[in-house]
Amino acid sequence: MSAPATQHETADETTVRRLGVQFSDLAKQDHAARFGMWVFLASELLLFAGLFALYVAYRIKYPQEFADGVHHNALALGTTNTFVLIISSFTIAYAIHMLRKDRPRVAFWLLITTIALGALFLVFKGIEYSGHFAHGIFPGQLYAFAEMPTDGARMFFTLYFFMTGLHAIHMIVGLGIVIWLAMRVWKGLANARYHTEVEVGALYWHLVDGIWIFLWPLFYLTG
Amino acid sequence: MKNYLNATHGLRSWLLTKDHKRIAVMFLIAVLISLMLGGVFAMVLRLELLTPGESFLDAQTYNQMFTHHGVVMTFLFMIPGIPTVFGNFFLPMMVGAPDVAFPRLNLLSFYLLVVGAIIMLVALWFGGVDTGWTFYTPYSTSSESSVALAVFGVFIVGFSSIVTGVNFIVTVHTLRAKNLGWLKLPLFVWAIYATAIIQVLATPVLGMSLLLVAVDHAWGFGIFDPALGGDPILFQHLFWFYSHPAVYIMILPAMGVVSEIVCTFSHNRPASYVLIAISSLGIAFIGFLTWGHHMFVSGMSVFDAGAFGILSMFVGIFSAIKVFTWTATLRRGRIRFTAPLLYFFGFMFLFVFGGMTGIAVATSSLDVHWHDTYFIVAHFHFIMVGGTLTMFLAACHYWFPKMFGRMYHEGWALVGAIGVIFGFIFAFTPQFLLGNWGMPRRYATYPDQFQWLNVTSTAGATILGLGVLVSVVTLVYAAFRGPVAPRNPWGSRGYEWLAPTPPPVHNFDAPLEIKRGPYDYHQPE
Amino acid sequence: MNELLRKILFLPEQVSTVARDIDHLHFFVIIVTMIGAFGVAVFTLYFIIKYRESAHRGGELPPDARPHRSPAGVPWWVEAGVIAGLFALFLLFWVIGFGQFVRISEPPRDSLTIYVTGKQWMWSFAYPNGAGSNGVLYVPVNRPVKLVLTSRDVIHSFFVPEFRLKQDAVPGRSTQMWFEATRPGRYPIYCTEYCGMAHSTMLGEIVVVSGAEYEQKLGGLEPVRIAGPQVQLPATPGEGRVAELVSLAAVGERVAAEAGCLRCHTVDGTPHIGPTFAGLFGARIPLEDGKTIVADEAYLTSSMMDPAAQLHRGFTAVMPSYQGLLSAPQVGALVEYIRSLQYVPRVDGNVPLPADTGQPVPLVTPLPPVEQQAANPAQAPGARPPLRSEQPAGAGKQPPQIEAPSGVVVPGEGDR
Repeated sequence: MSAPATQHETADETTVRRLGVQFSDLAKQDHAARFGMWVFLASELLLFAGLFALYVAYRIKYPQEFADGVHHNALALGTTNTFVLIISSFTIAYAIHMLRKDRPRVAFWLLITTIALGALFLVFKGIEYSGHFAHGIFPGQLYAFAEMPTDGARMFFTLYFFMTGLHAIHMIVGLGIVIWLAMRVWKGLANARYHTEVEVGALYWHLVDGIWIFLWPLFYLTG
Repeated sequence: MKNYLNATHGLRSWLLTKDHKRIAVMFLIAVLISLMLGGVFAMVLRLELLTPGESFLDAQTYNQMFTHHGVVMTFLFMIPGIPTVFGNFFLPMMVGAPDVAFPRLNLLSFYLLVVGAIIMLVALWFGGVDTGWTFYTPYSTSSESSVALAVFGVFIVGFSSIVTGVNFIVTVHTLRAKNLGWLKLPLFVWAIYATAIIQVLATPVLGMSLLLVAVDHAWGFGIFDPALGGDPILFQHLFWFYSHPAVYIMILPAMGVVSEIVCTFSHNRPASYVLIAISSLGIAFIGFLTWGHHMFVSGMSVFDAGAFGILSMFVGIFSAIKVFTWTATLRRGRIRFTAPLLYFFGFMFLFVFGGMTGIAVATSSLDVHWHDTYFIVAHFHFIMVGGTLTMFLAACHYWFPKMFGRMYHEGWALVGAIGVIFGFIFAFTPQFLLGNWGMPRRYATYPDQFQWLNVTSTAGATILGLGVLVSVVTLVYAAFRGPVAPRNPWGSRGYEWLAPTPPPVHNFDAPLEIKRGPYDYHQPE
Repeated sequence: MNELLRKILFLPEQVSTVARDIDHLHFFVIIVTMIGAFGVAVFTLYFIIKYRESAHRGGELPPDARPHRSPAGVPWWVEAGVIAGLFALFLLFWVIGFGQFVRISEPPRDSLTIYVTGKQWMWSFAYPNGAGSNGVLYVPVNRPVKLVLTSRDVIHSFFVPEFRLKQDAVPGRSTQMWFEATRPGRYPIYCTEYCGMAHSTMLGEIVVVSGAEYEQKLGGLEPVRIAGPQVQLPATPGEGRVAELVSLAAVGERVAAEAGCLRCHTVDGTPHIGPTFAGLFGARIPLEDGKTIVADEAYLTSSMMDPAAQLHRGFTAVMPSYQGLLSAPQVGALVEYIRSLQYVPRVDGNVPLPADTGQPVPLVTPLPPVEQQAANPAQAPGARPPLRSEQPAGAGKQPPQIEAPSGVVVPGEGDR
């Protein structure tokens, strides 16, 4: 991408500036961008799939401890976080809708809301983690939770930290992406005519949300 | 004549290029360096193994050497090799496109490989990693060497692989020229496409397993540590879930090269296009279901052993279909004997032999004896070197004129090929016998009786190394001093040969119009 | 023929009952491999030579060679035939191989059990008679032997080429393999899973001796060396304190007392906090998740290391893990002890107090603090029976005596 456009750039100029030489037209390029993101999301899915498989294997090995561990987790916080993320997926999707309707200011504030919700998720996660730390619940060899001293409980919480931690890292990357998207919308670079990058970024955000939807029952509901 | 090589000048124009051809050449340099480095480690190992006891390496250093050899060869040569060089250079041309779908991602993939490789090599070299490229727990997680950093390097290299895979899949789906349907694609494209699917789906699982090893090692997470309630066998499951499909990442592109070379040098259509295309996908799919055959003696249940065994046999069937089809393609052809064809001949013998020994080790009861012995080492080298390396070198020769606009010296190339093929046979056939005899792998010292077979193997390895060296020197020399090549020296019907030699920056002078299939030798070009 | 092929292929002698059959399959598969690879190479070479460029130009080829024309393609029935033929061939390999694999995985009932521990960088062995050896494994000829393997640190693998058999020794769990040696002699044991610096020198030797010699050999070995509570017999007046060979089960009896097992597990069938050891070995017990499992060596060992993993239904998960607290020989000794109690009748069919409602059982009486128990073992609830050494001969309820310098033959049902 070269120099930033102004609000007054014509459609043709946008096309010429944005169209990569390998694509015959802009529609194809946008389709390729979306398709590429879907393929990348498949790889992300497999990343977490391995972890889910690990969880299943250890749950079979330690059924009671895992159930007890789930009980111990803060259901209220976890469920709140789930709703926070679901709403944030809604806000980002609605932002795209607003862009299509040529209401970029509304779209911008929706993106800001998405960012705020994402940050809120991380804050709640932080509260949860510190709650665990206060009880002596740490991953691996640092685990010191007297109430549930067994190997299985330790494994449950270690997996909990690793999987939610990896998810949180993806959230932070996602936040970075949405912040960048908000800036692009603010500058008018993503607008009614062209907002493929917002769509592609939103796909990533939806994946991060989707993964949480699976983590939530594994760690909070199946007691 | 302006072409991609001389269109712009200066180091920056290369290091920041978005041209898939320049990126391919940069990958070629990286991959060749890795091949040489891995080869040096191999020679060090083989020299040490000339004597049963310790000669110039102590056991600890030896153990680090075989780890270096495996890690470098697997992650920096075998997996990226053909896709990043020839896939990058020729996939867009073969679909009639001016570049890949995401050129900047392509460049990113290159830098991910370089950065990952540096981290990996620094960790291996200075950190004394000796776990073998398989990083089995709990040895890897309890070792004092820099395992966490090394696997982090591999993680980044894996990311490079995923990015390449995404790029290639999208390119094949969205950038085909007008009228270029799936069934008119060159078979090399099918091979790269199937490989890319594996790269995208399998590599993340490796990344995740290595990440777990890293946190186990660095912070004592204990996910695979029995003392903390973990299960070391689970690591093996996760690791091999990637690493078995990984070997298909290594061989499928090589098979794609075979298809191109066989058709070009026999001036003939493939005996059955559809069977080869479907077999590529079949191998990719079934390859995901066979990982347990690496774990027959780890205490797995009899049922699992049976299931993994039979599934492993199925993969062999797809490979056999391809071999049969290639042989049939030669029939009634008009065969031109060149270095690439000689490599192909070597491939046919070595790959089939290696593949059949794969069927043999999938036979669970036999694997109990062979597992973790030199039989296995011989088996996978027959496929990786006899299969992939021969075809990598073949591709280097076959596409050399198109890439660099010059011809290599055929005589020296044949010398190199003969050295590679015969050196290989002497290097690795004795290892089958060593395995039968009972010599385990990863042994720095060994009982005396195994010596003479080891000496033979080292002699063969030396010839193999010289053969590779001769081939590489021949090509490097030709890149600068070879005679200028015509546009299509082989008379191939492949679409990439329609472009000028070397190609211009956007591959074709005018948008490509596909009016025929890629193997229509019965029609004039 | 068998010998000729064996020698050509550099296979060692066939010293186990399965080696010959495995080798026969090996010969079959390798010969097919050779035929396949050479066949393909020969055909390829033949076509390359027959259809070479110069043959076309020189007019040597028959009219139907049709240069530049697309080939007739291969008839579909040829393709199908090739595919079906290969499929049938591979299936045949698999069927024979799988049958053999099943055979080598399931030990016969009357196998002699020896406990093997791999550790960096040696093998140690514990025999049922209480003897132990390092690096050298003594086994009788013509008798099935089952090895129960584990590791003290990282994964090792126990390989005897002459038997064609190997099995990994994994920390935190036990694996098993069995064999029947057919000829006396000494054969190498290799470690075949990379385990660190001295992996290639972690060699052992398996010594196959004839039946009569075997007991002698075992009798001459040192007692198994166990870290932790030492096995000491009280001194007999007039003799020095000499450590004698005590059967592994008797060693286990001491370990059970000293490691605190008997605080919760009775040995006479009375119900208590944990399942009674009486009648436990080889019994099919119900688990918490509704399934059942046979209480064999693997189950008992894993219950010591990770008690809550497969919890006996009706009992609470209060047992601590003994991971790292018991050495592998101690674990083996405990297993042998529990095995020795398998015919002791249970009083109430091993139901916990009170009746089995499937609910977790609350601790009715709190246990006295740990220190007190250690000081007064006799006062622990469900007092363990007095040790053999403390009893006059022939006194009341006793576990069946397992002496035997020769291999313990305990008909064990429930081996997996």
